[in-house]
Amino acid sequence: MNAAGFPVLSLITWLPLVGCGVIMTVRGDEATVASNARWIALWTSLIVFAVSLVLWVEWNPHDPGFQFMESLPWLPDYGVGYKMGVDGISVLFVLLSTLLTPICILASWESITRYVREYMIAFLILETMMVGMFCALDFVVFYIFFEGVLIPMFLIIGVWGGPRRVYSAFKFFLFTLAGSVLMLLALLAMWQYAHTTDIPTLMHTHFPAKMQFWLFLAFFASFAVKVPMWPVHTWLPDAHVEAPTAGSVILAGVLLKMGAYGFLRFSVPMLPQASAQLAPLVFTLSVVAVVYAALVALAQEDMKKLVAYSSIAHMGVVTIGIFTFDVQGIQGALFLMLSHGIISAALFLVVGVIYDRLHTREIARYGGLAARMPFYAFLFMVFVMASVGLPGTSGFVGEFLITIGALHVNFWLALLGSLGLILGPMYTLYLYRRVIFGRLTKPDLRGLLDLKPREIAIFAPLALLAIWMGVYPSSFTRFWEATVTQMVAQHQQAMAAPPLLPPKVQLAEATSR
Amino acid sequence: MNWAIALPEIVLAACGLLILVIGVLRRQDATQICTMLTLGAFLVAGGLVLTRSAGVGYFGQFTVDRFAVLAKLLILAGAALSLMLSLDYNRRQGIGRFEYPVLMLYAVVGMMGMVSATSLMTLYVALELHSLALYVMAAFARDDLRSSEAGLKYFVLGALASGLLLYGISLVYGFSGTMDFAALAHALASPAQVSPGLIVGVVFVIAGLAFKISAAPFHMWTPDVYEGSPTAVTVFFATAPKVAAMALFMRVMVGPFGHLLASWQLVIEIVSVASMVLGALAAIGQTNIKRLMAYSSIGHMGYALIGLATGTELGLRGVLVYLIVYLFMSAGTWACIMAMRRKGLAVEEIADLSGLARTDPALALAFGIFMFSLAGIPPLAGFFGKLYVFLAAVQSGLWALAIIGVLTSVVGSYYYLRIVKVMYFDAPGEAFDRRPSMIGFVAAATGLFTLFFFLFPGPLVAAAGSAAAALFG
Repeated sequence: MNAAGFPVLSLITWLPLVGCGVIMTVRGDEATVASNARWIALWTSLIVFAVSLVLWVEWNPHDPGFQFMESLPWLPDYGVGYKMGVDGISVLFVLLSTLLTPICILASWESITRYVREYMIAFLILETMMVGMFCALDFVVFYIFFEGVLIPMFLIIGVWGGPRRVYSAFKFFLFTLAGSVLMLLALLAMWQYAHTTDIPTLMHTHFPAKMQFWLFLAFFASFAVKVPMWPVHTWLPDAHVEAPTAGSVILAGVLLKMGAYGFLRFSVPMLPQASAQLAPLVFTLSVVAVVYAALVALAQEDMKKLVAYSSIAHMGVVTIGIFTFDVQGIQGALFLMLSHGIISAALFLVVGVIYDRLHTREIARYGGLAARMPFYAFLFMVFVMASVGLPGTSGFVGEFLITIGALHVNFWLALLGSLGLILGPMYTLYLYRRVIFGRLTKPDLRGLLDLKPREIAIFAPLALLAIWMGVYPSSFTRFWEATVTQMVAQHQQAMAAPPLLPPKVQLAEATSR
Repeated sequence: MNWAIALPEIVLAACGLLILVIGVLRRQDATQICTMLTLGAFLVAGGLVLTRSAGVGYFGQFTVDRFAVLAKLLILAGAALSLMLSLDYNRRQGIGRFEYPVLMLYAVVGMMGMVSATSLMTLYVALELHSLALYVMAAFARDDLRSSEAGLKYFVLGALASGLLLYGISLVYGFSGTMDFAALAHALASPAQVSPGLIVGVVFVIAGLAFKISAAPFHMWTPDVYEGSPTAVTVFFATAPKVAAMALFMRVMVGPFGHLLASWQLVIEIVSVASMVLGALAAIGQTNIKRLMAYSSIGHMGYALIGLATGTELGLRGVLVYLIVYLFMSAGTWACIMAMRRKGLAVEEIADLSGLARTDPALALAFGIFMFSLAGIPPLAGFFGKLYVFLAAVQSGLWALAIIGVLTSVVGSYYYLRIVKVMYFDAPGEAFDRRPSMIGFVAAATGLFTLFFFLFPGPLVAAAGSAAAALFG
């Protein structure tokens, strides 16, 4: 079996669906159904989180390969199996997903009043899809979870979103789908070449250079939209602005990581030559994203939009880190992804708190909140500092490691990439000043109440994590050190090895397929 | 002569005569009893199909193999589902007459003959038997102008297509001297010696069959007939005949004309691309749900044709998986459409669905599942249908088809999503009438199949695989 002694990954993947089943059976008038649905969803997600802690406790940091493996035959004739497992790259994202789901459910406790039952079902399905995607070790299974995410997210944006929700939901769905169908073609081509969709096997399959090039572009189409990279990022601000708070939290916290995770799981280990060849393209787009998104964020009047653009900038730094093919760079990328998952989620929740009270996200409508909501102002400050990468918070470690990784590649890359460290504080602190400081002049702000116990329960774990990650990062980096080291070694090996066939034969082989 | 090989068809035809007599002789309304008897006859025929052993009969005119068995079971399932849906609908529309199940029964006999045909003559006779029954069914609401128009349009265009097919068959016969599939395959074994006249004949046969599966550019009848016919009839059109015609198409292309793959592959590719593009683009502007589903069916046939265009066993396996999935999800979608009824009148505008999630959550959920499945979003069944045909296309190096296929599926997903949007995002309208339990049953059964297909794809894919293998001998 595995280290846990029971199929822990399948359990945390499918348990939320059991919760859905229970919620569906709830009967009674609307208020009863809503309250029962909330409690069932909360307990389900808390149990899932508790079970997922097994991964944290039982993790073997010295094993660079996949752990907690499970395998069942599914389509044996086609070389496809139901295979689950996590390695250093995926394990913490599983935990991030299971942590953010109960937080999202708590955050929606009072703000969602219509179709509460359906909302909770959508979130639990979303949790199944997210966790399953990070655990899947078979490409077909991965793809199913990867695209399956679209259905609940489309409904969450469209049903519970803001005024332009229909436009945003369609844009989100169609952008992401258009990207991922191209990945489907890459999946089919790899399947046809290797006669299996087993991810560990594919990682050790050598694909011809020309085929790698096309496969990389197909993957890139999918993951770049998901990350999102400039210029295919335009769905993100719309989706974030219109989605309900919890939808934005999951979107920023987990769904954006799916793209970067895809690069780390597929592009870099499976297509080393093409990744190296096209890294300059990725660097260029990432640097543009870092600078452009930061400048756009500076001009935003809508708080959620500002945080959304800051996500684009941060994810640009992450993609730089991934394509440095350097131990520090990739570790930094993973760290920044994790940290961004917590901080951007927290920032959207922070915005959600005042949105729930005043029903506007316009920055100009606020000011001087520190006087009325001191505790809120303190927590906001923690997340803002973590977001700008103040040393001692989680944001710093990731950015720092990535900068080192980038320096190993190219000085200018490191310089341009770390522009984010300068631009980030500009728009984030500017936001903070306009909302929290200044004189409390607007009359409707005088009645605002500080955080309720429920809201404190939401923010406390996130704030603790943001500081814990900054003060003692090695309790997180220990998870992926072995895996990343092995990955980088394999990449260098693949780059150093002479091509198996002379280029001409390779070309003919690739075109004949 | 091994006459018993056609026992299911013979028994079914005899049952049809019997049911007709019962319907005529009973003094009171016989619709209910005739429908029930027809369902029973389908069940018996299904049992007989399962118990027949493979073989060839009637001097090589008629074959039973795993392929025919699978296709016949699908045809019977599709017919049974649509018959179950029709009973209540026809009564409410005032067209509940006992001839309806009898006509459907003979259409099914014709379709079962089509999938077993191993001679161009059997093929044509069976095809005409099924077409004639369908023409009458399209015009079954004889007092309704739209239905009569649909019947007439279908008949005129169908007759033209039959003419094309017959002309193609005569060319093939004239240039090869045989109608028997095995003999044709033998005669065409060396494509170099094939005369251009025969190729022209093959193209005409393709045109005739493409009409039957409503593939572009022979699709013109589809939107009008789908919209005009009584919905109960449209359900039937959208399920069983599609399977039968597609199965016939496969048998003809890889059987007698299998060695001419290089000649006909491009034709099928063009038809496939045209259908996918048309199905994706033309459906966007539709406001009538029946018309929208007509264009969607054109698109889906385009995807299925990708598998046929490969001409390989894997490709045909993909087509069969596609047909299995499509049969159930389209039957379910049509069941949901039949539930759209206000104050006793059937409504069919997409706008009528607005806010369905509020007024009838169960129906909206089922409808939503079918829409996402038709769009091909995993983990629903529709995704697996597409997966296997695209896999076959990639394996055969038909990259253009695969790329156009995935891109049109993105475009197509827009209009499926639009229905989800109307149901879930828009403000609720007036509630629909209470739906009869049969619609609920069919929608629930097909909905569960669509939703949970991913748990058990193995056996169905294996069945499709062995059926496809049977075609290649």
